[in-house]
Amino acid sequence: MNINLTLLGQAISLFIFVWFCMKYVWPPIMNALQEREKRIADGLAAAEAGQSKLMEADQRLTDLVSEGKQQASEIIAQAQKRGDEIMDEAKNAAKLEGKRLVDAARAEIDRERMQARDQLKNEVAVLALAGAEQVLMREVDKNAHDEVLAKLSAGL
Amino acid sequence: MAAGSTSGTPAGYIQHHLYNLTYGRHPDGSWGLARSHHEAADMGFMAIHVDTMFWSLAMGALFLWLFRRVAVSISIESPSRLQSCIEAIVEMVDKSVKETFHGSNPLIAPLALTLFVWIFLMNFMDLIPVDFIPHATFLAGIPYMKVVPTADVNATFGMAFAVFFLMIYYSIKIKGLGGFGAELAFHPFGKALLPVNLVLELVSLFAKPLSLSLRLFGNLFAGELIFILIAALIPFWLQWALSVPWAIFHILVITLQAYIFMMLTIVYLSMSHQTH
Repeated sequence: MNINLTLLGQAISLFIFVWFCMKYVWPPIMNALQEREKRIADGLAAAEAGQSKLMEADQRLTDLVSEGKQQASEIIAQAQKRGDEIMDEAKNAAKLEGKRLVDAARAEIDRERMQARDQLKNEVAVLALAGAEQVLMREVDKNAHDEVLAKLSAGL
Repeated sequence: MAAGSTSGTPAGYIQHHLYNLTYGRHPDGSWGLARSHHEAADMGFMAIHVDTMFWSLAMGALFLWLFRRVAVSISIESPSRLQSCIEAIVEMVDKSVKETFHGSNPLIAPLALTLFVWIFLMNFMDLIPVDFIPHATFLAGIPYMKVVPTADVNATFGMAFAVFFLMIYYSIKIKGLGGFGAELAFHPFGKALLPVNLVLELVSLFAKPLSLSLRLFGNLFAGELIFILIAALIPFWLQWALSVPWAIFHILVITLQAYIFMMLTIVYLSMSHQTH
C-alpha cells in the first residue's frame, strides 16, 4: 500500500482524459442528441398540424357533400316542375291542334256537302226540264225556258 | 490453480496478487523495477506502479477511442446499436448533472462522463479471472501484475485528488478567496466560535476526497481479495460455485461504485459553486 508517484500520474491522466472528452467527445454527441430532440419535436408538431388540417378537410368535405346533395335535390325538383310544365304545354297544344283539325274537317265536309247539293240541284233541274219536255211532248224554246229553269234552280 | 503459479503456499499466492509492479529509484540511487515487495517499499514516493498506470491508461484510451469513434460517425436518423448504447450513457450522465448541478460550467458533464466510464472500465478488470493476465505476464518475465487499477489506493486517491483540486479551484474562483475562507470560518456556528468552525469545516472538507477515494478503493480491493481467496483456498473444480455468484454480484458493485464516484463528484463541485 505504498503511496507514490502513481497518484500524480492518475490525477494528470484524469485531467487529460477530461480535457479530451470535453473537447472531442461531449459536444458532438450532445449536439446530435439535441438535434434529434428538436427533430422529434418538429415532427410531432407537424403531425399535429397535419391532423388538424385533415380534420378541417374532413369538415369541408362533409359541408361540400351536403351542399352538393341539397343542390342536386333542388335541381331534381326544378326538373320535375319543368317536366310537368312541358307536359301541360304539350297537352294544351295537342288539344288545340286536335280542335283545329276537327274544325278544318268539319268545314271541308260542309263545303263538300254544299257542292253536292248544288250539283244535285242542277241535276234535279235538268231532270225536271226533261220531265216537262216529256209532258209537253214538244220542243220548247230552250233559250226561253233556260231562263225560267235558272230562276227555278236558284229558287231551290 | 489453487496454489498459484508463483508460490507454493496460499499465503504466498495471495500476497503475490496484492503487490504492484513498481518502477522507481532504489535506495542506492539507481532506477529500476522492484524485484520484491520490500524493494518496492524502500523506494518510497519516488516510484510508480507500472501495472496500475498501464491498465488505467489503457482503459482511459479505450473509453476515449470508443466514444470518439461514435462521436465522429454519429447519426441522427439511424443510430447503430453501439451509438444507442453510448447515447444512453451520455444521457444518463447529462441528466444526473442537470438534476444535481445548478450552475453553468461546461466542465462538469464531461468530467462526470469521464469519471463514470473510466472507473467502470477499470473496475471491470476485476471480472477477468484473477490469474489470466498475471500468470501470462509472469510467464513473460514480469514479476508482479495487478490488473485492477481501482484496487490500488494510488489510483483512487489520484482521481479524488484531482476532484479535490477542482473543488478548491472553483470555490476560490466563484466565491473569491475571502468568500471561501468565510465559508470555512463562519459556519456553522457564527463568528464567535471561529476556531471550532474552522476545525469542523476543514475536517469535512478533507473528508470529502478521502471518503471518495477510500470508498472506491475499499470496495474494489475487497472484491478483488475475495476472488483471490476463492482462487487460493478452494479446489479448482469447485471454484465456480463461489466465484460465479460473486462475479454476478460484482457486476452490480462495479457499476454502482462508478456511479457513486461520479455523483459525489457532481455534488461536491455543485457545493463549490454555491454561495451562501
